Amino acid sequence: MFVAVKGGEKAINNAHKLLAETRRGDTSIPEISIEQIEQQLSLSVDRVMSEGALYDRLLAATAIKQARGDLIEAIFLVRASRTTLTSFGYSQPLNTSEMQILRRISATYKDLPGGQVLGPTFDYTHRLIDKNLEQTNNFPTAIKAPASNEATPHVLGLLSDEGLMEQPPTDTDAEPNDLTREPLSFPADRDTRLQSLARGDEGFLLALAYSTQRGYARTHPFAGEIRFGKVAVEFTPEELGFSLELGEIQITECEMVNQFTGSKNTPPQFTRGYGITFGQGERKAMSMALVDRALRAEELSEDLVAPAQDEEFVLSHCDNVQATGFVEHLKLPHYVDFQAELELVRKMRAEQNVNQNQTREAAE
Amino acid sequence: MSQSIISPAIISPATQIDPNYNFAYLNEQTKKMIRRALLKAIAIPGYQVPFAGREMPMPYGWGTGGVQITASILTPDDVLKVIDQGADDTTNAVSIRKFFQRTAGIATTLNTSTATVIQTRHRIPEQKLQQGQILVYQVPIPEPLRFLEPRETETRKMHAFEDYGLMHVKLYEDISQHGHIATTYAYPVMVEDRYVMDPSPIPKFDNPKMNNNPALQLFGAGREKRIYAIPPYTKVVSLDFEDHPFEIQAWDQPCEICGAGDSFLDEVIMDDQGTRMFVCSDSDYCQSRSEVQS
Amino acid sequence: MNQPLFSVTNLSKKFGKTIACNDISFDLWPGEILGIVGESGSGKTTLLRSIAGLIKPDQATINYQHKNKTLNIDQMDEPELRHLQRTEWAFVHQHPRDGLRMNVSAGANIGERLMANGWRHYDDIRAEAIKWLEAVEIDAKRIDDLPRTFSGGMQQRLQIARNLVTNPRLIFMDEPTGGLDVSVQARLLDLLRGLVRDLGLSAIIVTHDLAVARLLSNRLMVMKDGQVIEHGLTDQVLEDPQAAYSQLLVSSILQV
Repeated sequence: MFVAVKGGEKAINNAHKLLAETRRGDTSIPEISIEQIEQQLSLSVDRVMSEGALYDRLLAATAIKQARGDLIEAIFLVRASRTTLTSFGYSQPLNTSEMQILRRISATYKDLPGGQVLGPTFDYTHRLIDKNLEQTNNFPTAIKAPASNEATPHVLGLLSDEGLMEQPPTDTDAEPNDLTREPLSFPADRDTRLQSLARGDEGFLLALAYSTQRGYARTHPFAGEIRFGKVAVEFTPEELGFSLELGEIQITECEMVNQFTGSKNTPPQFTRGYGITFGQGERKAMSMALVDRALRAEELSEDLVAPAQDEEFVLSHCDNVQATGFVEHLKLPHYVDFQAELELVRKMRAEQNVNQNQTREAAE
Repeated sequence: MSQSIISPAIISPATQIDPNYNFAYLNEQTKKMIRRALLKAIAIPGYQVPFAGREMPMPYGWGTGGVQITASILTPDDVLKVIDQGADDTTNAVSIRKFFQRTAGIATTLNTSTATVIQTRHRIPEQKLQQGQILVYQVPIPEPLRFLEPRETETRKMHAFEDYGLMHVKLYEDISQHGHIATTYAYPVMVEDRYVMDPSPIPKFDNPKMNNNPALQLFGAGREKRIYAIPPYTKVVSLDFEDHPFEIQAWDQPCEICGAGDSFLDEVIMDDQGTRMFVCSDSDYCQSRSEVQS
Repeated sequence: MNQPLFSVTNLSKKFGKTIACNDISFDLWPGEILGIVGESGSGKTTLLRSIAGLIKPDQATINYQHKNKTLNIDQMDEPELRHLQRTEWAFVHQHPRDGLRMNVSAGANIGERLMANGWRHYDDIRAEAIKWLEAVEIDAKRIDDLPRTFSGGMQQRLQIARNLVTNPRLIFMDEPTGGLDVSVQARLLDLLRGLVRDLGLSAIIVTHDLAVARLLSNRLMVMKDGQVIEHGLTDQVLEDPQAAYSQLLVSSILQV
């Protein structure tokens, strides 16, 4: 006699044990440590912190280990962990012009105050698999310049001084919207859009950014500046009334310079697209800056013609934790709904059969 | 008839709480925020209240909205039942029940009438609910107008202005193409003559149970960040036409395990010869009827 | 009736620095058909969309007579305005796809306004849809077909049926014959003229085609660069245009 599918609990427990065992892999090979992940898979850690919206390198490394290297799964773990934390306030805005630069490039000026600093980059490497990496302890040593005290002003600030750059929005002292406190609603202001993009999926933003370059809402971008380095995080406790430095974090910031032909109210000038990530995340920061600029189409009276300009489309679909959950939920049982559909299709087919038989009889 | 249904004990007693987490996982700030949204939802039956949903430790689409509501309303004395597709032992129901056992240490049950809070996906229990009970629905897409009008800015206006012509266009189109309304689940309802509401993907078979129900019905959509509610004894009417009235599914045979003729039946495929068996989708209902008979 | 049905006072609308409509005033009397003519860019479509409540003018007083009451359209709440738009008013777009739901059947397109106004009897809705399909000379057998299987002329007639089903009193039309070829235009014009006369509709029609204006309208407004430069009875304006631009417009078109 058939036994209806029962005993899910036991199956789940066993599946979870099997998962843990698979994660560990062959036990004759040493287990990877959190510190190794944090140090040697640092770009994975950076991405998990960015899209997980939580700056905690060791937690992100642990999540990567637990997720067997699946970064979206690791981002999800970090987000869920973030939920349990109590919010005690907002930091002061980061002062990125005071950044301790580890890398800083501009595609718009050959040389500029503070200089071009290549830093650790894949750019200009030949993408040849390095067989040396099969062995350990085999790497060259870089010559490091002493830390410079030269100021590194933002490139877009230099353009602003000449009046060629749109004026940045005035600081209203208004508290920016916080998506983790207030749900997304439309139309969304730029602060909300930027927060949403900063948490958004790198791959999705990359594809959208690419689409703007291929003509789906062209914005004529130049990489005005990309900088990566350390900035101080400051916090002002209400009781004190002055700010304290909580520590330093690494961030990547990208400012795109976009051509703008001007509108009826505005003379031709350059406009800005902005991107930021935790750690070193140039691809994401650049993509974000392009999408940010594309989403300003309405504000700048440009024609709305492409997906990258559609804030409901972009913001509703850029979060990979939401997206992966809903796509993967199709794995959950849908017996009841399927049963309801099955019954309907059978009924409709039966009705069609009756009709056809009647027609046939009438014809005979 | 051999069945491997889980132990008949009505209540599994409270368990040890995982000390790493606040009671029921969410911190108290978050619970307060959700409770405020719930109060608003109860005050405006059928209206979708936006809330700042949090990431939960289960994926979006797997009941995070329902889980956040349950986490916000649970007290240590509650007895929780979790069902998915009507059954307590489907994988996701097991997972959610275990989550609350671990983080809230509360008592759980498989028995509908013993539970104080029932979290459900895709079904309403067959057993009539009582005053004082709370039914928490997991909702994937809270907006009944979404597939007719994809823009949130427009659908919110349509609700605000009671501009619901489009909803009937869909039903009209069903009848003109198929001869009858071809919506079988997530069948839209009108709540208290004001808001059109998506009842979540329950089969339309369950729709009449929502009307004038003594229990409080709460709906949570985590990914879409909406909460809505049907307070006890609220009028809930399934949309239809006067000459094509709403009707529910019916089966040609009763449940082959318990003989019930009034329950929603799941079809189970028995072999590769096309042999099928129809059994109650509500496992507690089926089991308690079988026990009475034996 | 001794009051205008619809009256517009001091309507202005700018897009950036461009003035689309500059201080326009006019009245529409019950049963009257007003034609607004001018070349593209003259501001006539902006004027139409502003007075029909589809876009917000920068400045205007717009009054509409409704059951012995004067409704102030420019101050109206959106829900009230929407209600008016789906009951007593109608708007026929130049491109049928802007005014139709292309993904539902012809019957559903016609029935939508009825259902929005509370009709809940399927067979009644269908009977009404058939009546209106026939009124616009579309075979009733096509009731369950999607608009995209229709020709351009049929789509435009379907849009008209969809609008007239609630027996509106005032209909706004934006280049209703715009995208159609000449023989189809003639048939549609005949149909429109008949419907407007039989139903006692008032209408405001925007067109760049003086022949259309002559055939349908009692009165004409000529627009150029956001201004009304001439305004009078249709025959008068066409036979004896006063403004230099109107003279140019009339001579260039009527030669054909």
